[in-house]
Amino acid sequence: MIATADYIRILPEIVLTLFGLIVMFVDPLLPESRNVKPLGIIALIGSLGAVAASIYQMRYPGPAFWNFVVVDNFSIFFHLLVTIAAALVIMASFEYLRVQEIRAGEYFGLILFGTVGMALMSSAVELVLIFIALEISSISTYILAGFRRRDAGSVESSLKYFLLGSFATAFFLYGIALMFGATGSTDIPQIASALRLNGAPLLAYVAYALMFVGLGFKIASAPFHVWTPDVYEGAPSPVVAFMSTAPKMAVFAVLLRILFVTESPSLLAGSRPVWFWWVWGSAAVSMTLGNLGALVQNNVKRMLAYSAIAHAGYLLVAFAAAPEAGISAAMFYAASYTAMNLGAFIVVSHFANAGERYVTLDDYTGLGRRSPLLAMTLTIFLISLIGIPATAGFFAKFYVFSAALKANLVWLTIIAVVNSAIGAYYYLRVIVAMYMRDSTQEIPVMRVPAGVTATLLCSVAAVIYLGILPGRVLEFATRSAQSLLR
Amino acid sequence: MNPVATPFFFYFLSAMALISGVLVITRKNPVHSAIALIFTLLSLAGLYLMLYAPFVAGVQIILYAGGIMVLFLFVIMLVSVSRVERESQFNKQWLVGIAATAALGVLFILVYAKGKSVFPERTVQLPEQLNTQQVAVWLYGTYMLPFEIASLLLLVAIVGAVVMAKKRI
Amino acid sequence: MVPLHYYLLLSAILFACGVTGFLIKRNIITIFMSIELMLNAVNLSFVAFAARWHVLSGQVFVFFVMVVAAAETAVGLAIIIAVYRTRETLNVDQVNLLKL
Repeated sequence: MIATADYIRILPEIVLTLFGLIVMFVDPLLPESRNVKPLGIIALIGSLGAVAASIYQMRYPGPAFWNFVVVDNFSIFFHLLVTIAAALVIMASFEYLRVQEIRAGEYFGLILFGTVGMALMSSAVELVLIFIALEISSISTYILAGFRRRDAGSVESSLKYFLLGSFATAFFLYGIALMFGATGSTDIPQIASALRLNGAPLLAYVAYALMFVGLGFKIASAPFHVWTPDVYEGAPSPVVAFMSTAPKMAVFAVLLRILFVTESPSLLAGSRPVWFWWVWGSAAVSMTLGNLGALVQNNVKRMLAYSAIAHAGYLLVAFAAAPEAGISAAMFYAASYTAMNLGAFIVVSHFANAGERYVTLDDYTGLGRRSPLLAMTLTIFLISLIGIPATAGFFAKFYVFSAALKANLVWLTIIAVVNSAIGAYYYLRVIVAMYMRDSTQEIPVMRVPAGVTATLLCSVAAVIYLGILPGRVLEFATRSAQSLLR
Repeated sequence: MNPVATPFFFYFLSAMALISGVLVITRKNPVHSAIALIFTLLSLAGLYLMLYAPFVAGVQIILYAGGIMVLFLFVIMLVSVSRVERESQFNKQWLVGIAATAALGVLFILVYAKGKSVFPERTVQLPEQLNTQQVAVWLYGTYMLPFEIASLLLLVAIVGAVVMAKKRI
Repeated sequence: MVPLHYYLLLSAILFACGVTGFLIKRNIITIFMSIELMLNAVNLSFVAFAARWHVLSGQVFVFFVMVVAAAETAVGLAIIIAVYRTRETLNVDQVNLLKL
């Protein structure tokens, strides 16, 4: 029998689906020219409802639906992250949809449905359910990437994302199949106990490798990162803000769960897990290639795409570090990365204007004078991405590096620190362009609408809150890490 | 009941699957590739029967060979074939591609050669007559949540396909 | 009786075949068919492993994989049609606003 508590444990998903359906039903009833606002407000209520539902879930921890989903601190953390990111993006999209003439109903609907997949990815503990949830989130992002249908670049970025994404999915699926073959189960705790009983057979090693390939594509970590700059450049900017944060963090949640729970016995015994060196290598290469690639970019969207690759690398450093400190550091990093990256892309999206025209570094010259508010918020996000104290980025990097040092990963920490220094250069270049150089051309800066302002204020608040008072979030992350490793 | 799973059928079906699989990626005309893929799918359906999975075999034929491949052919017809055929077939990195795949293939063969001992020599017969019934019990019992979530996936796919394929937006 | 790992070998070879197709072909539709080939190879593994562990769940997964494949196909072909409308070609090298 299914108890009421079971439904409460998937309440955020139910709320999101319900509001997604309402958006789709209301869409044809409204005149096409004036439907952005009402639909957006419905979607916003839906995502905020999901945030509330995730908080409400906290009182009902435990498994549900024959151990397919589990509500614990870990899943609630990522539920909140994903749903808040969705709410912020919805809020910031109102103006964009009007300017770019994008159909609102499908846009908001797909964001809500995609969020269902992402939320489910963080609470699912069964590989097949994780796979289906991953597919929901991927397919909706493929479509969202192609939403500027008149623009060839947008459709092609959608195609590229789709082809490489499905290619990666096939690898992930093969990994699941081999894991099933090695252990006779697809339930993550059962896999863990089977591996503990029989030791990891060769098949399990290959299964880890294939799953890592598949998920590595989705988080844009090297050597599977080549699609990122092109796709981010072509896709609509608010969608990039969304897909560089929420789905990525959900995949990180999946990675954390699969890698740490299945290997928890050996991790708790203090030995290195079987996937240690892949993660190490991928982290080092992602950081280096991401930062070096960003150095030569003139297009701000492409630059931020390379910076996203580098940040995936920093996050993977935490995976290689000591398990408990590493998981909590990774979670803290995920939260701060979401706040700062989402904010930065929203500024870029507002500034780019109709048809996404103004995206090069030269367009940003003199922005400090023309639009002090935009320039100031972008500066805050960029210095947070560098990792300067009093911003979220500082503590995020600090916790990751100290967790890595605790595990005696001296070389990896050195690579990470050197990379942070390289990274500072290209972020500062944007800040210098905005404040120190005079603009050569006349670029109209649109009035900042209320939705964008609210999103930016929320992101800035989150960046500064995490940068000054990281204690509560970190403590929550540590408790989740303990619940995961047990 | 005597098993029908004679080695002859296995070798016949797998040869058919392999040959048509290679044809899928070497044919110039996408229609030929699609038809070769249908042959792969049908021979896989035969192999499923040999592994005591009649339900999966049926779904493979109805859904894959019957549904998905028709969709493929439909789209190939929609975009003009004659033009597509004149364009060159392989990209410049075919050497890299083949090398990468060869490495992957060798890896798999090594894994199976070394890990052979974990697999039983004989498969135990699963109850064939009750197969569909039992799959249904699993689907609507334990696997209820993935089943429901899969419906959401289909909804997303429908919305997405309409958004992308519609002429005027 | 055929040993079980023959099935798995066949599945691995078909998977590698699909990967090759994905990497070397230039026609988008054929690339997409290669992905279908990979998914089918995985399905064969699932069914073989289900026979190895004597559990039906492996066959249930195949059902889900087919659902996902169907969804992916619908979306993928729609995207391909959209690309064809804007570019009039299905050659990845010519779809080169963003290099693939």
